[in-house]
Amino acid sequence: MRRIGDAPLVRRLLIGAALVLSALFLLLPLVAIFAQAFSQGVLVFWANVSNTFTLHAIGLTLMIALLTIPICLVFGVALAWLVTRFSFPGRRILQTLIDIPFAVSPVVAGLIYLLLYGRNGWIGSWLDTHDIQLMFAWPGILMVTIFVTCPFVARELIPLMQAQGSREEEAAVTLGASGWTTFRRVTLPNIKWALLYGVILTNARAVGEFGAVSVVSGAIRGQTNTLPLHLEQLYQDYNAVGAFACAALLAFIALLTLAAKAGLEWRAARREAFA
Amino acid sequence: MSIRLQNIGKHFGNTQALEPINLDIHEGELVGLLGPSGSGKTTLLRIIAGLENADRTSQQSKILFGERDVTNVHVRDRRIGFVFQHYALFRHMSVYDNVAFGLTVLPRKQRPSSTEIRSQVFRLLEMVKLEHLAKRYPAQLSGGQQQRVSLARALAVKPEVLLLDEPFGALDAKVRQELRRWLRHLHDELNFTSVFVTHDQEEALELSDRVVVMSNGRIEQIDTPDDLYRTPKTPLCI
Repeated sequence: MRRIGDAPLVRRLLIGAALVLSALFLLLPLVAIFAQAFSQGVLVFWANVSNTFTLHAIGLTLMIALLTIPICLVFGVALAWLVTRFSFPGRRILQTLIDIPFAVSPVVAGLIYLLLYGRNGWIGSWLDTHDIQLMFAWPGILMVTIFVTCPFVARELIPLMQAQGSREEEAAVTLGASGWTTFRRVTLPNIKWALLYGVILTNARAVGEFGAVSVVSGAIRGQTNTLPLHLEQLYQDYNAVGAFACAALLAFIALLTLAAKAGLEWRAARREAFA
Repeated sequence: MSIRLQNIGKHFGNTQALEPINLDIHEGELVGLLGPSGSGKTTLLRIIAGLENADRTSQQSKILFGERDVTNVHVRDRRIGFVFQHYALFRHMSVYDNVAFGLTVLPRKQRPSSTEIRSQVFRLLEMVKLEHLAKRYPAQLSGGQQQRVSLARALAVKPEVLLLDEPFGALDAKVRQELRRWLRHLHDELNFTSVFVTHDQEEALELSDRVVVMSNGRIEQIDTPDDLYRTPKTPLCI
């Protein structure tokens, strides 16, 4: 007995198409990035990476990512908890609102923040009189990065927490556990893999975000230039090796992220098999 | 510990799940709440536990455990044992850790030492005949075994009131029979006050000292199994 659609010809065609397309659109560009970055040797690559402006861009990007992750983590858990454990008017609307950062183009998001918090903006003009500058400085970059990445954790948690229900938490409370103890010893262990997965996605997006950041950062070299912005500037300056060196760094971070994600999935699958 | 409910009702939105009712349960009694789904029996049980709040009405609604007014006491502090319909065991904890949970979350001053906890947990596991499975995880146990773990877990905190929501609903007929007898035995031995919810009239008649028959959020009849069997006020074909 053969399954429907499992003819040898169909199978070979499909597998072949998948392999060719993956090679053309995924593997080749990735190889090209590293090839270009090292095209004039390791020394030139290293000289470009250890350039002061590049180092500053790397530092700023990592700082933004490190600040974004805990904020998105707390926000995501709180939101998922609220939406899955309580029923209140407006719950469904809130669940839809979570997706706004996904639906809106990042450039538009950046523009909105500029409009609100820029020097002539509604809130920005008030802040300006108190000598607080958010736009064209790192707080602005952080704000738009959080806006763009905030749904990831909540999106990972909500379906899981909905499926698990609140029975275990109720059981913990009937046994005398406080709210914090219940969260730490019952809720958190049940959601930790999804939570880590959300953090990985958040990190990937925070490091790579271009559109929203480019609007609010001003891209001042050595001050508000993140790695993706710096990359683009180098490319515009006809410094191909420098641009590709930065691209190689970003690609490397992406590969690390993917490896972490695959590792997590592997562990989760193994746990499933044991449990 | 006796339980006294005065004027307890419950709305979910616009639907009335429970009409205001009064109910007295004596100390040491084993009472079954019997009714079809949607009759309000689980809601009533959850209100006794404190997992739901009764409606706040103009008339005084009250829940008393013995002399203690627990109407506004949080579940955490009511000192009840609750056995959930699908056991609600902590899936990431071993059987041992599940049973020990109630003891390990006690405030530091009341918490027994870890050796004391260990001996108490093993005493409970022996009682439910599961001491050889202490290191297993809930997913590795049969339904009947999970049910016994959830009972041991609820009893670990020495509750004076034990509440059970469809305790045997998900088990096959033979295991159900055994566990029923075993629960009755346990109840007589440890002498706590128990309330359980069931939609199975045979179960209610066999297990309870008194049966509370409910339908549509109302109490239809409260009687001993014998009287209920002889003179049912409502047709008992559920």
